[in-house]
Amino acid sequence: MDAATLHPVHHEAHETGVMRWLTTTNHKDIGTLYLWFSLAMFLFAGSLAMLIRAELFQPGLQFLQPAVFNQLTAMHGLLMIFGAIMPAFVGFANWQVPLMIGAPDMAFPRLNNWSFWLLPAAACLLLASFFVPGGAMAAGWTLYPPLFIQGGIAYDMTILAIHILGISSILGAINIITTILNLRAPGMTLMKMPLFVWTWLITAFLLVAVMPILASVVTMLLTDRHFGTHFFDAAGGGDPVMFQHIFWFFGHPEVYIMILPAFGIVSTIIPTFARKPLFGYVSMVYAVASIAILSFMVWAHHMFTTGMPAAGQLFFMYSTMLIAVPTGVKVFNWVATLWRGSISFETPMLFALAVVFLFTIGGFSGLVLAMVPVDIQLQDTYYVVAHFHYVLFSGAAMSIMAAIYYWLPKWTGHMYDERLGKLHFWLTTIAFNITFFPMHFLGLAGMPRRIPDYALQFAGFNMMASIGAFVLGASQLIFLYTVVKCIRGGAPAGDKPWDGATTLEWTLPSPAPYHSFATPPVLDEEPVHDHT
Amino acid sequence: MTTPDAYYLPPPSRWPLVGSLALLLLAAGFVMMLAKLNAGPYVMAAGGAMLIAMIAGWFGTVIRENQAGKLAGQMDVSFRWGMIWFIFSEVMFFAGFFGALFYARNLAVPGLAEAQLIWPGYAGGWPTAGPGLKENFTPMAAWGIPAVNTLILLSSGATVTWAHWGLKKNRRWQTVFGLVLTLALGAIFLALQAHEYLEAAFSIRTGIYGATFFMLTGFHGLHVTLGAIILTVILGRVLAGHFRTDDHFGFEAASWYWHFVDVVWLLLFVFVYWL
Repeated sequence: MDAATLHPVHHEAHETGVMRWLTTTNHKDIGTLYLWFSLAMFLFAGSLAMLIRAELFQPGLQFLQPAVFNQLTAMHGLLMIFGAIMPAFVGFANWQVPLMIGAPDMAFPRLNNWSFWLLPAAACLLLASFFVPGGAMAAGWTLYPPLFIQGGIAYDMTILAIHILGISSILGAINIITTILNLRAPGMTLMKMPLFVWTWLITAFLLVAVMPILASVVTMLLTDRHFGTHFFDAAGGGDPVMFQHIFWFFGHPEVYIMILPAFGIVSTIIPTFARKPLFGYVSMVYAVASIAILSFMVWAHHMFTTGMPAAGQLFFMYSTMLIAVPTGVKVFNWVATLWRGSISFETPMLFALAVVFLFTIGGFSGLVLAMVPVDIQLQDTYYVVAHFHYVLFSGAAMSIMAAIYYWLPKWTGHMYDERLGKLHFWLTTIAFNITFFPMHFLGLAGMPRRIPDYALQFAGFNMMASIGAFVLGASQLIFLYTVVKCIRGGAPAGDKPWDGATTLEWTLPSPAPYHSFATPPVLDEEPVHDHT
Repeated sequence: MTTPDAYYLPPPSRWPLVGSLALLLLAAGFVMMLAKLNAGPYVMAAGGAMLIAMIAGWFGTVIRENQAGKLAGQMDVSFRWGMIWFIFSEVMFFAGFFGALFYARNLAVPGLAEAQLIWPGYAGGWPTAGPGLKENFTPMAAWGIPAVNTLILLSSGATVTWAHWGLKKNRRWQTVFGLVLTLALGAIFLALQAHEYLEAAFSIRTGIYGATFFMLTGFHGLHVTLGAIILTVILGRVLAGHFRTDDHFGFEAASWYWHFVDVVWLLLFVFVYWL
């Protein structure tokens, strides 16, 4: 891999205007496209959540038909997962993985472009599905039959959109794995890679392993709907519960696809602002790998109430609880990194600390749900909604925000507005907790999810959650404004605005040049991380 | 100037965008067809044509870059990793359908046989069309055409390897003859599969047995077809003299894919036809 000089092709010559973005083979352009797409989907799917919370502001049906309410919950989940969170992490991978390993670009730049431009194609299908007869898909993001089999045209559009999203994810993941395995600068051994790169290597493996499973199971839905198969129909010897098994064999690794890159981001930001090397780098790598392996053995904890044998329940209960061990290792290491650090609290650090704290709450409620007798009580209640928003909003989404504030100076050459960033942080964190913490109580008291109405005793907490949600939604407009303001101008960032940062991207100028590391950087003998 | 370890950064390309539009049209046209709209097949045809144009154009570009020596060294290793993980994703796609087969045979059907209150008199067992369809059918026997097909596909795996040896030893006739043999065996396999489909005493509607049988063998047949098309292109490239004894990853990738299709068939023969 020595002397890997960049082939001298059309160096700064890229197409201009719209064609630059449509035809680009540059990892930074494509990363930017992913991140804007993700932000657009985040705001759109978030506005669906605003409608849900408006309907739930008071008991009784306010202004949404129950069928429309179901469409909103289903599409909110689907668009947030496949449109907002996953593309945002791929956007970070595109921007950062080549910079952090000293590569000139991604391994397959043209394929990289295709991975992105498949997303708008899938989004067209999903957004158009709101306007077809019968409205959008309303079976939940989990697509369970028999309800899913009975839906209208939008359900077919959802299946095909998922196929296209799957192709995008698989090709993107292959690209990321190949880049990490083959394009590292000389001296960047696997165990010297920044943890963000490690988490993405393992995430990409999970994507290649389970997205095809999702493709196969939605294909079975399609043939059950239109071509006479009986995969999920007991009359033909099939079983609707079989769908749940195959779906969650994809679905649980999918959950970690959405959180492992977040772990990588937190593991990058905390050492920077604690001005200490990450504590227990090697154990962090092994913890991520263990979480990934365990993610294939826990899927049925999503289905404890489907009537599986007690032995199955026990196995999946214990295997689920086992995940707390590597996750605990990670949280311990983050806290140990902070120990006796000289900590400063810029916006990225505030978000990263909030992720550690709030994700841990989500992890604990996950442990509660792992217990079969408890889960049978809490299945399909708001406790589950509270749990997965603590891991997916305050875990995944808030780590995405942390990463945006952390890397925007490198990408744009400008500092973001620290006051606005902090305002966004505090409003988001407080409003998030006002929205979702009461849902634990609602769930424990038995309020079912995915229902547009509720019993009177739930009114107080629901009103509180709705008020929190509106503030949370409005706060994201501050985020949008802060990002746009930073792109348009601001104090010069300098090459390395964060004095504690150690990864390779900070050796480049800000904004990072269109082509970086034409010649691979030389890594000094000092290990990048604390290996103790 | 090209050094063996150069990293090649391709210039901007329109093919990915064409591919995205093609898939959008294919999907939209398919949905329209399912919704019984007349325009559906035409939209699908347009999408399919665009997809074929994209594949031809994109691979054509890669082949030209390769002939210009831009894709050697480190790029070659990237292509190898890419192909390995692509085949792994295909393996997992089939794993989903095999999972359905194992679940249905070992859990779903026995469970239905136990539920005598709901399905009185249903005995379970495999193969089955399920308790509600009341369909009698003859399942596909393993030791007729399927066994012959196993022999054919395994032989084709051997002939493609023989062709590869020819390429490595610079015996062109052996490469060409090996590839032609492989393609002929692939074609015979597909013809026998088509014959078996036409003669089958059951359909995809025949409960869980028909569903798993036709989906698994159908997707496998699709992959054999795809592999045969790839090998045909590779044969053309051999005849055009594109490959060198030490540099022919296009050939190797195609043979990897062919072996993958082969292994899937072995699993199909054991679990779908035989056991």
